[in-house]
Amino acid sequence: MNLTLKVWRQKGANVKGALETYQVKANEHMSFLEMLDVLNEDLISQGKEPVAFAHDCREGICGTCNLVIDGRPHGPQQGTTVCQLHMRAFKDGQTIVVEPWRAAAFPIIKDLVVDRSSFDAIIQAGGFISVNTGQAQDGNAIPIEKDTASLAFDAATCIGCGACVAACPNGSAMLFTSAKVSHLALMPQGKVEHEKRVQKMVAQMDLEGFGNCSNTGACEVECPKEISISNIARLNRSYVGSVLSSD
Amino acid sequence: MINLDAKVPEGPLEDKWTNYRSKMNLVAPNNKRRLEVIVVGTGLAGAAAAATMGELGYNVKCFTFHDSPRRAHSIAAQGGINAAKNYQNDGDSVYRLFYDTIKGGDYRSREANVHRLAEVSRNIIDQAVAQGVPFAREYGGLLANRSFGGVQVSRTFYARGQTGQQLLIGAYQSLSRQISLGNVQMYNRHEMLDLVKIDGKARGIIARNLLTGKLERFAAHCVVLATGGYGNVFYLSTNAMNSNVTAAWRAVKKGALMANPCYTQIHPTCIPQSGEYQSKLTLMSESLRNDGRVWVPKKKEDAVAIQEGKKKGVDIAEGDRDYYLERRYPAFGNLVPRDVASRAAKVECDKGHGIVSTGKGVFLDFASAIQRYGKSAAHTQGINNPSATKIVELGEAVIKEKYGNLFQMYEKISGENPYKNPMKIYPAVHYTMGGVWVDYNLETNVPGLFALGEANFSDHGANRLGASALMQGLADGYFVIPYTVGPFLSGEIRTEKISTDAPEFAAAEKNTQDQIDKLMNVKGKQSVESFHRRLGKIMWEYCGMARNEEGLKKARKMIRELRAEFWSDVFVPGSKDEFNPELEKAGRVADFLEMGEVMILDALDREESCGGHFREEHKSEEGEAKRNDADYTYVAAWEWDENEPKVHKEHLVFENVELKTRSYK
Ligand SMILES: Cc1cc2nc3c(=O)[nH]c(=O)nc-3n(C[C@H](O)[C@H](O)[C@H](O)COP(=O)(O)OP(=O)(O)OC[C@H]3O[C@@H](n4cnc5c(N)ncnc54)[C@H](O)[C@@H]3O)c2cc1C
Ligand code: SF4
Ligand code: FES
Repeated sequence: MNLTLKVWRQKGANVKGALETYQVKANEHMSFLEMLDVLNEDLISQGKEPVAFAHDCREGICGTCNLVIDGRPHGPQQGTTVCQLHMRAFKDGQTIVVEPWRAAAFPIIKDLVVDRSSFDAIIQAGGFISVNTGQAQDGNAIPIEKDTASLAFDAATCIGCGACVAACPNGSAMLFTSAKVSHLALMPQGKVEHEKRVQKMVAQMDLEGFGNCSNTGACEVECPKEISISNIARLNRSYVGSVLSSD
Repeated sequence: MINLDAKVPEGPLEDKWTNYRSKMNLVAPNNKRRLEVIVVGTGLAGAAAAATMGELGYNVKCFTFHDSPRRAHSIAAQGGINAAKNYQNDGDSVYRLFYDTIKGGDYRSREANVHRLAEVSRNIIDQAVAQGVPFAREYGGLLANRSFGGVQVSRTFYARGQTGQQLLIGAYQSLSRQISLGNVQMYNRHEMLDLVKIDGKARGIIARNLLTGKLERFAAHCVVLATGGYGNVFYLSTNAMNSNVTAAWRAVKKGALMANPCYTQIHPTCIPQSGEYQSKLTLMSESLRNDGRVWVPKKKEDAVAIQEGKKKGVDIAEGDRDYYLERRYPAFGNLVPRDVASRAAKVECDKGHGIVSTGKGVFLDFASAIQRYGKSAAHTQGINNPSATKIVELGEAVIKEKYGNLFQMYEKISGENPYKNPMKIYPAVHYTMGGVWVDYNLETNVPGLFALGEANFSDHGANRLGASALMQGLADGYFVIPYTVGPFLSGEIRTEKISTDAPEFAAAEKNTQDQIDKLMNVKGKQSVESFHRRLGKIMWEYCGMARNEEGLKKARKMIRELRAEFWSDVFVPGSKDEFNPELEKAGRVADFLEMGEVMILDALDREESCGGHFREEHKSEEGEAKRNDADYTYVAAWEWDENEPKVHKEHLVFENVELKTRSYK
């Protein structure tokens, strides 16, 4: 298949960027990133600089890849990271626009690569259970009801990619933050620190420059792991509760 | 000859670790605060080590080339983690896990290390649960288990098909907590490019800040490498794209030794390659062999028809299928260890019974399991005389619950529905048992340099059992290294803070800078990627699933030529003073081009077949691997030399296990 790509090129953080147009020959068995590999090989063979894009596992689990394709984070396929998106989803002759995540809290580093360290900062603020190595009791001493464990698991599958932020008109990190809060709050081990955790993580989120959540639901639609927006409701309930009780 | 002292403690096997911990030199809390530790890597091994040493009070600096610690390759592990909990009451024990691991590794690992691993395996599960890792549960709320290859008990803990992700997030959260407490200083997007030695001891690293391109110096009292495996030397593997050998290799160039480099694990169940452009291969977890049956058509003409797309797997009648693992290995069936399963697939495909267009593929079929589960579900739900469709529907639901995300991943990549058609799979490079040589303390032959996780060679011998890498990474990081740095660091409590102004740092920085300049200045015509691809082809062809003397000798020559060509014709675009992924890749491929040669030399040296290392000259009449215990019961530890790498040997002593021919029949 022959494709026209319009790709965001930007030398560095403080330089202006623009879309550049390229022609690529691909086939439908390739993944989207393999198609970009082909483009890059071609650019390199012409002595030009390849397009910088982030990726690693190419299996939809590490959360590194992050492209906005025709306006949609991770592209057109529901519940799919861009590394798992295959060219079968596109048509011969199609023009495809490829851009980076755009959000105040994710500054661009180069071309399609952005800085998501703000996510790490949110976890560092309280996205953990305070237990030192060696302090644990026997694993089976904490029985957890199967469906509850499964619900916690669903929230824990967040890959920290940031598509929710890129999709949100306000650049809010509520889906990401609430997924971590839910994962830990749903399990007995995580309940002890729950209220403090929520307060600290939300405060950090604001500090990092993420916007406010106005419940547009755009995050849930684009999340490749289909993290449910009900996690945000759970966070909101706890947040209000924890602020009231700590005052 | 370097004297490789494994420093295995005295005493009976089952008491060694306990005695060691009771008698080792400790570092007092006030001294811990003055001691600095560098941990390179934030996978399971590195994140666990950095977090735990931070908790203990050491000053930790932790490095990753990734943009966040959470992205380490460990995140991709699917199937599970072993532990000798015996929650299933099926006869498991520390000894059995130890024995299975020694046998699975084809008697080429060190008894004392493996026993310790089996002992601490139980603590890992407890720790992970306490961190909030959402393991699979039974209805009663207790932890669930499944089976993996090469064993006859159910000791694998799992979190759907994302066990690595959940365990890594647990370790990452612990690490994040230590970062927030100021005990660990985290350096993301920093790639270690050299080890700094002062007076023979490891005292720091040179790292490139990947955003600015600047080389930076970091000093500490000791250095811990947890930098993962080198499977990507084959170009195509199940490893993440950026996994590489550079940190370990640069340490080898500073005097560490690379042990058993030829032991690579070829995983039997991966999605077959579909084209030349392919960038990586995708694993289908071993857990699938709990329920999937592996087969090829009995008749060659059926295989050809499938290869040509004229027939499908479902068109082949039951009687015309050869469930070759069940046929050849009745005792373990589809759950034979990986090396055995992979070679068996190759044998069938080489005979012409393979099933994809390239002829390199076999079926992994869930139809029987769907039937079995469907009937049982109908029974529990009180449905009498369920229809065939109902059985399939119920059975598919059970399979979905167990392996849903793997089936989804398969469908996304292949475009085929694996509930309805058997999966097509083929072996692919997956894991490297070889790695930096370490003693019982996980310390290399360079004092103060330690290696953990997949980066070391220590526990899996010539073949790793499924679900044991996660166990080893976390054992090393949480429960071993925090103790075993003691003997070294307790001797350093009077050592002043190490200064990065030392001439050794300047020299190492210059050495690194020179190499980067050299790469940038070749200004040739060929891309880094194209060299990597060519290297991978040589390695796969001659040093993959089957090896022989002639091929290996030829491959060595080819690699040396390729290396020369690389240094005279590689093209690295961009500049060195910026974010430049091509430059990063160039340095890594340069190291792979040397590592590959050592792997080949090791495969040549080892005139026997064992585990993942199969020399065609050494096999039984039935085609099984034939070890040579009299001459090769040693660890081969290689010292790098541009012209003639040298091998040093650690003889393995088996005091508790009798060396037997591995049989899974
Ligand atoms: C697809 C797949 C599935 C698997 N499934 C299972 C399973 O179910 N069960 C099981 O037991 N095992 C499994 N394995 C194996 C297991 O995942 C790995 O062996 C294990 O996770 C390795 O962990 P590690 O901590 O040693 O290294 P890694 O997780 O590879 O981490 C390496 C770290 O080192 C850093 N690093 C490397 N070099 C440098 C450098 N030069 N400078 C700075 N940082 C550096 C990286 O950034 C990273 O943080 C699987 C492997 C694959 C590929
Ligand atoms: S919530 Fe979804 S979109 Fe947001 S970071 Fe997690 S996985 Fe990505
Ligand atoms: S590259 Fe890992 S999720 Fe896409």
